[in-house]
Amino acid sequence: MKIVATDRVGKEHVVEGRDGWSVMEILRDAGLPIAAECGGACACATCHVYVEDGWYEKLSPPSDAEIDMLDMALAVEPGRSRLSCQIVCKNEIDGIKVTVAPE
Amino acid sequence: MSTPIETDVAIIGAGPIGLFAVFELGLLDLKCHLVDILDRPGGQCTELYPEKPIYDIPGLPIVTGQELTNKLLEQIKPFGAQYHFGEMAQALKKLPDGKWKLTTDAGTEIVAPVIVIAAGGGSFVPKRPPVPGIEAFENKGNGVGVHYAVRKMETFRGKNVLIAGGGDSALDWTINLAPIAKSLTLVHHRDGFRAAQHSVNQMRELEKEGKVKFHVASVKQLLGDENGNLMGVTLSGADKKEWTHETDAFLPFFGLTIKLGPIAEFGLNLHENLIPVDTAKFESSTPGIFAIGDINSYAGKLKLILSGFHEAALMAQAAFHVCRPNEKLRFQYTTSSSNLQKKLGVTA
Repeated sequence: MKIVATDRVGKEHVVEGRDGWSVMEILRDAGLPIAAECGGACACATCHVYVEDGWYEKLSPPSDAEIDMLDMALAVEPGRSRLSCQIVCKNEIDGIKVTVAPE
Repeated sequence: MSTPIETDVAIIGAGPIGLFAVFELGLLDLKCHLVDILDRPGGQCTELYPEKPIYDIPGLPIVTGQELTNKLLEQIKPFGAQYHFGEMAQALKKLPDGKWKLTTDAGTEIVAPVIVIAAGGGSFVPKRPPVPGIEAFENKGNGVGVHYAVRKMETFRGKNVLIAGGGDSALDWTINLAPIAKSLTLVHHRDGFRAAQHSVNQMRELEKEGKVKFHVASVKQLLGDENGNLMGVTLSGADKKEWTHETDAFLPFFGLTIKLGPIAEFGLNLHENLIPVDTAKFESSTPGIFAIGDINSYAGKLKLILSGFHEAALMAQAAFHVCRPNEKLRFQYTTSSSNLQKKLGVTA
């Protein structure tokens, strides 16, 4: 599966996802500027992304813990904002488009 | 100016690795002072994930960040380290006698032959909203402009205050400042809050009484007068409609993030915000300055707590030779050495 990720200067990166890994892990390993300070524990909101082009609705909805944690993220856009550590790679989301949120 | 503190080792960072360094240094009779910008020990473990279980600490199949911190504090208790919490290590200077002087933003000065940087990713600092030109409105004081913390409530008396955020800080300061501010407005991106329920109830009560205004909105722009003073902000609502809101002060509360901070100015060799070290001593390219835990880099580095523990043990051996150049170091085991057991306070 592929992830199409736009970085903070607007450059698009197509990254190969791995089944069962989080989108955060894939983007971070690909060198995108994802801080992910807590390492993927849904505890810091520094892996915030915008999910684009109708992909938001195709994801399983955020957990209460993620909704709470998004309160600590900057520039949250309802209906677009997710924590990428909580999006799990699987074939159903092949081609998902995300944009790294501002720091 | 108070007289500088003299000690063997000054440790920057009281996270798990800084704390365990006290243990390894303590076994070698080296005394430590720790500096941490947070107001309590534990670093990321207690700041980011106090309740989250950690599964890869050898011998502890499951332990939370807070529990691990508590256990480390118990383990290092015999060594009587001194803590300087809520202080940021700000400057490092080499003295003529070869020792180092570490100065904090609170003015504390620590003089030691060895500095151990166990600062993780750097300092926890407030998150700054990505609003253009926000820096220009910071540090104005007197309850005007942009503030990331409330030092004195009185400075906001009679002011129009705008708070952004949905966590405990945002709600607590909304409740506390509402009675003294001229007006208090809270904005958040949703009509729900992660803050404690009783705080949310209190805020809703104040809203009903007309003492707090709440909008589902976010701050898009800051508006200043010709002298650069904050006049108001542009808010954008859930329907993307924008309007101007007049305010004297803007207090964004989005928690903390990690920035390298003043360590970048210490004059150390840095590689991608990490301190390269050798893997025998975990010393930086500047003699007497060691780096352990997430902040160092070397071939094969893994950012794991257990790696930091190993690094602390080897660092301590090398630090001993810097602190006690004329003494011989005898390696001993805690299981068999009555000398070490005495230090740990476990012998009768």
